[in-house]
Parts: sequence; C-alpha cells; structure tokens
Amino acid sequence: MLQKQDSSDSSNLEFVAFLLGEQSFCIEITQIREIRRWSPVTILPHSPRHVMGVINLRGAVIPILDLAAILGFDSIEPSERHVIIIVQIGEQICGLLVDSVSEILSVRPDVVQDTPSLSHERGEQSIQGVIATEMGMTRLINLDLISAIPGNEAA
Amino acid sequence: MTGTNSIRETFFQECEELLEALFEGLADIEAGVSEDETINAIFRAVHSIKGGAGAFGLDPLVQFAHKYETVFDAVRSHTLEISPDVLGVLQRAGDQLSDHVEAARDERTLNEGADAAVLSALGDLLGGDDADDEPEGEFVFDAVGIGFDPIVVDDAPVSTGGGYKIKFTPTAAMFLNGHDPKAIFALLREVGDLEITLDHSSIPPLAQFSLEEAYLSWDLNLTSEASEAKVRDAFEFVEGLCAIEISEVEADGSAGAPPLSIDPPASNVAEEIVKPAPTPTAEVAKAPAPIAPTPIAPAESKKDKSASSPKATLRVDLERVDRLINTAGELIINQAMMAQHIEELSLPRGSAIAVDLESFKQLAREIQEGVMSIRAQPVKPLFQRMARIVRETCDISSKQAKLVTEGEMTEVDKTVVERLADPLTHMIRNAVDHGLEDPQTRLDAGKSEVGMVRLTAAHRSGSVMIEIADDGGGLNRPKIRDIAIKKGLIPADAELSESEIDNLLFMPGFSTAETVSNLSGRGVGMDVVKNAISALGGRVTIQSVPGEGTTFSISLPLTLAVLDGMVIKLADETMVVPIASILETIRPMPNDLQKLAADGDLLSIRGTYVPIVDVAERLGLRSRRERFDDMVLLLVETETGGECALAVDDIADQRQIVIKGLQDNYGQISGIAAATILGNGKIALILDTDALAASNQDRSVEISNVRNRKEQLDVAEAR
Repeated sequence: MLQKQDSSDSSNLEFVAFLLGEQSFCIEITQIREIRRWSPVTILPHSPRHVMGVINLRGAVIPILDLAAILGFDSIEPSERHVIIIVQIGEQICGLLVDSVSEILSVRPDVVQDTPSLSHERGEQSIQGVIATEMGMTRLINLDLISAIPGNEAA
Repeated sequence: MTGTNSIRETFFQECEELLEALFEGLADIEAGVSEDETINAIFRAVHSIKGGAGAFGLDPLVQFAHKYETVFDAVRSHTLEISPDVLGVLQRAGDQLSDHVEAARDERTLNEGADAAVLSALGDLLGGDDADDEPEGEFVFDAVGIGFDPIVVDDAPVSTGGGYKIKFTPTAAMFLNGHDPKAIFALLREVGDLEITLDHSSIPPLAQFSLEEAYLSWDLNLTSEASEAKVRDAFEFVEGLCAIEISEVEADGSAGAPPLSIDPPASNVAEEIVKPAPTPTAEVAKAPAPIAPTPIAPAESKKDKSASSPKATLRVDLERVDRLINTAGELIINQAMMAQHIEELSLPRGSAIAVDLESFKQLAREIQEGVMSIRAQPVKPLFQRMARIVRETCDISSKQAKLVTEGEMTEVDKTVVERLADPLTHMIRNAVDHGLEDPQTRLDAGKSEVGMVRLTAAHRSGSVMIEIADDGGGLNRPKIRDIAIKKGLIPADAELSESEIDNLLFMPGFSTAETVSNLSGRGVGMDVVKNAISALGGRVTIQSVPGEGTTFSISLPLTLAVLDGMVIKLADETMVVPIASILETIRPMPNDLQKLAADGDLLSIRGTYVPIVDVAERLGLRSRRERFDDMVLLLVETETGGECALAVDDIADQRQIVIKGLQDNYGQISGIAAATILGNGKIALILDTDALAASNQDRSVEISNVRNRKEQLDVAEAR
C-alpha cells in the first residue's frame, strides 16, 4: 500500500500536511501525484467559484480547485508562493491550491480519529478524520467528496 | 473462460474480414469483373466462417453457411450460372450470413422466417439437388469434446494399388482456426480409399497435459491413382498449420519416392469441395480443443491464403495506438514550446540550433502524421454496408435502385468511419425512400426505371468529402416549406432562400414523409444526422436540382486529434476557433453595424443582417460590449443553416493544434468544445461555434424574423 519503506513500522500511514487559512490539513500520500508551485491558469467559462481554471501538466489538462473555497474559507489570492497539490481521485486528476506544504506525517492507522460532529461546521463533510500531532491537530481531507462536488464531476 | 472468449473475439474479428471479402467478391461479380478466383475467394471466405463457427458450436451459423457454401460450390463447378436473379439471392444470403454472424456474436437468435426464406431461395438455386441439404455431420460437434480413445477408421479396406503414405500432424493453431481433421479426411476420401490410424503416442500423462496443445497425429494410407497435387489440395486450408509428410507408395506397398515437402503454390486452388463423408457414422477421435489466445498467428495465416489481400497486416490493440498518438501530440506541443524558447534567445539567423530545430520540427510532424495514419481506415467496409441498405430499402419501398460507390479506398480516422455508419445509413435510406421517384414516375420523366445512388469519397485539401447523390426528383421545396410552417418551425410569412429551405430538413422535428414508412421517419431525423456529423467536426450541405436529383455533401476532418485552428484573443484570454467552422472573417465598418432594440446587434453583410454574438459575454468573461466596430467578427453557420457573427477581440495566429479533451478531468462546458496547449505551454480553450451560435437563437427569434422580412435578395450561400 505504501511505497516508502523507511518507516520502522510498515503498517504506518503517511500523510502530507499543508496549511490553509491558518489551519493544518493533510492528504494521504498515496493519493498525491506531485506538488508544484502555482502557475497561472486558463480560466474556464461558466465554472463554479471554487474552480480556478486549468493548467497544462505535461500535456494533460488539469483543473485547479480552490480548496479554501471548498472548505468555506475566503478564496486565496494565488501568488508564486502558493502551492498546488496534484491529487488523483479515481480516474480523475486535479490540483488543489493551498498556502504551503508543511511536513510528512507517518502515523499508525488507529491514530486517525473520526471527525467530531459539529452541527454547524460548514466544511465538516470535507473532513474525513483528524490526527493529533505535536503541533496541534491536522484535518484529513475527504477527496472523494471533492471529486463529487458540482462542476467537477467527470462527464 | 477468458481464453475461449478471446478466441471467440478473434473469430468474430476474422468473420468481419471474411464477410468483407465476401461482399467484395459479390460486388466484383455484380460489376462483371469476376474471375474464377473471385468465386474461389468467396467460397474460401464462407468456408472459413463455417469452419470457425463449427468450432464454437454455433449451429445456426454453420447450417446457413453450409447451404450458402454449397451454392457457391455449384457456381464454382459451373453447374450454376450467375444471372442477375441468382446474384440477388446470393447478395441477400450474404446479408443474412452477416446477420447470422452478428446474432452469434451477440448470442441472439435470428428471426427464423427471414432465414427460412433465404434458405429456400438458396435451395431453389440448387434445384432438386438437395441431397446434401443436411448440415454436415462432421462440423456439428461441441467445442470442447475430448476423445482419448483412438479409433481406427476402417471403412476403407486396404487396397493393393499405388498410393500415398501421409503423416499428418496438426498444430494447435490449426484447431484454433476451427479446422477439423475430419474435413480433410473427407476430402482425401474423394481422391481415393483412405485408411486412417490415429497416433496418440505423444499424449502426455494427464498431469502434464495442456489444453492448449495439440498432441495427436494421424497416419494415413491413401490408395489412389490421383496426382500428388490433388492429394495436397486436400490440405490447402490447413497449409502452414500442420506438419505433413507425403510419400508415394508403389503398387507393391513400399515407399518409393522420398518424402515430399509440402509447399504447394497458393494459387493452386482445390477443385474438391467439402462434401459430407459418405459414412458419417465414422467417429474420428479429435484432439482436445486447444485453447490459446494467440490471435495474430491464425489471422496472418488466413491472410496469406486469401489472394485478394496480399498485404501483411498487424492487429494492434487500439489503446496502444492511442497512447502513441497522444505521445506524438505531446511531441508537437513540446517542439512548439522549444521553438518559442529558442526564439526568445534571439540567436543570430541561420544559427545551428535554429537549423536543427527546423529539422526536428519536420520529423515531429512526420511522426505525428505517421501515427495518425495508423488510425486511418478505408471507408470501404462502410460503403459495402450501404449496398445492403440500398437493397433493403428498395425491397420495402418497392423502388429500384443501384448503388454506385467511388473512392472506397479513401482513408479516414477509425472513429470517423465508425461514427459515420448511422448518419450514412440514414442518408442512404432517405436517398432511396425520399430521393428517388417510383419506377413509373421515373419512366414518365424519361429516366431509367432503376434509380442511381452515388456514394463517393475523396480527399480534398485536408478534409474528406463524402457525397450521397441520387438522380431523383430533387427536393420538393414548396412542400418542405409548407411542412415547416405547419410544424411551426418557421413563421408563415417567412421568405426563405432556396438553400435556407433545403436546410429546413436539418431542423429538429422535421420529417417530409407524409406516411411514416418503415424506413424513414422512425424518429431519427436529419437533425440527428447533422448533429452526428457536427460532433465529428464536419458539416453537411445540400445541393438539389429539381428533376435531376439531390446531393448531400459531408465534409469531415481527416483526424479527430488535430485540427486547423484560428488563434484569437478574447478578454485577455487566448482561445482557438476551428477554421472549418469559420465561413469568413470580417473587420466591420461602423456603418455595417446596426442596433436592434436594447441588446441586439446586427451585422449588415451583402444585403442581409446577421446577428452578432458577443463571445466574451456569452462565456461570462465580461459584460456585453456596446460597440463592436473595433472587434473582429467571425461569420459562422448556425445549426439551422443560418449565419451568425461571433465577435472576438483579435486574431493572433493560425496553426495546427492538438485537441485535448476536458471531459476526463473536468466535464463539459457550454460553448467550449475542448482545449489545446499552445506553444508557450499554456492551455487555450477551443470554442464550440455551433453551441455559441445556438445560444443566440433563444433570444434572437425576433431578430431572425425581422431579418427574414428584410431579406429581399435571394442570397446564395456565402460559400
């Protein structure tokens, strides 16, 4: 399941943690194709607010999503310092715009806790679970939900 | 059993090729250019289908093919002369055979009534000679029957006469191809008395037994005065698929001549035919049905045999080809990016790197073209299918028509060929059903009572032209207009030019047939035809001359992966418009532009008024422009045959672009057909001109009505 073998316990899950709107989030490393710097996008007409546009990733047309907008934060004003995480969700590939990537976490599967239920939390459904870290808490993004949001489903 | 399935698949693929060969032969006969070899080729095709079908236990197909084959056998031996009537039956039976193949593939059962009718027509051709009406016993076996018990077939006593000693060792490939040793033995029996001994010594213990191998061989003693070539003829169909050693035996029984190598010339066609074995009770042990997915070998050996297709071919997975095409597309983009970067270096002219780049560009383009040509296929199979459509339509509409095809070898992208089948079928049906008059009317008009439908294909400057022309009465324009008014498609007082009336045929919900016949008017209108062709990036036009006929011209791009595009600027974005859809580009003079109410803009061009679409506004890139006199207008044709001007900021370039779908990772966007990658590595969207023009129609109903009233001149189409 995991490609990295340096971990002392091979059953550990690895996550890439990143910052967005001053909160820490993470995505399982196996779902990440690559991480690249922000580059200008081509705007798509009639696209929802969270779809920033498309970029050319070695010949493939990849949509870039504003993860902040999906999670209910204010939209990011992208610059050279911002980072795009290219993820693969099923057959579909898309890029997620985030503030910065912070670290790679290696944790045992049982450390991942279910998302505490908050009835008013907007982005709650987008969070699959939470992981306690030394720095505080990181939130595990539910990529399946992202692939299912309107304007992003494969035709 | 995936193994069996893949063999099955191969069999049906081969059937397609064989049917193609069959229809090709029939067409040759019809055209009067047939030779003996043509009949032989047809016979071989039908026989191979029968043999393969037997291996898969497809009994209905075997029975039909057998009957069909018997008729061709009669033709081959000149006991049956081909007259137009006979040809008609043979063609119909060919259609029925392809139906059988299709039914077998889809595991359906065919309508027995039609089958019986064709079978009895075939029977009539054979006259009373229905002796071998029964399907051959030797072909009806189940595919995985395993007989381990060696049985010596001793129905022929050992003779003391001269003859041949034959050691016959089939390979697994022979069984894969659906050949049955029994058929060969039956052939040999016609040459002389045959003694068969099964050599099963090479069958391994069960633990080492492989289902995919053939272990059996036979020792044959043939007592015959026939020439050695005759004996070899029996093995013609399995040539290359088995090891055969033939040695001549003197009358005293000793082997005289040294073993003969088996390599008869391919043209040496057997005069013998597979006939039922005189003693069908003989049960010959068969090797276990081999199961091995090796599709290429049998396909090629088949190819070699068929004299009509001497070119060696390779069957390749389509996905592999597409991957290669994709990569070649990348190469083109990459080359464009390099060119741009090198240009930015502002090197002196004629520098080595610029020269290298130029040859690299050349090579990249050659690779691209070469790769694209892999996907190119001749339209021939498609055209052959149309012959059948004409026959069927004639039968139902009781008209007489002849299909003439030209340019069958014109090559088009595979997807185009596939997706053209439905529209073309419909148009051919229309040509016969609506286009041609009934025989009496034709005679009265001084034409031959047999109508002519011409189907032609040709390459024309980077695109493919396909024309469907009938020599019928031409379009009945007043009637078309009345129907359109009755159906509320146009206002009653609309004044339309001839071409506009013709184009009404493409309006959704239009059908000229007063009585909905079996053929046309089954809910698939010409609008569907037009949409299907637009989806391929093509366009349809109509020319019609009263009393002389109607021609539908389809112009299609050669490939779907690359198109010629006009690079335009639009609200700081770079976009591409397919050149094929642009009729004209116009820089408007201020007095060419007219306002219509608050938000309508019209372009005056040669006396007509054409609505202007502000593309940037339609795509939501900015609010509507007040003035268009500093913009460029692209005149495009709307789906209903009208015209429409798309306003863009500027034209930047004109180049070949590689089409990238948006569907995979994103989805459909209205007004956008696809995307492409420009030389600077950025993505540019390709505009869907049809959708943009159509989006204007809801709001421009009033505009077009005004336009129609204003239109005094009967303006010919801009092209």
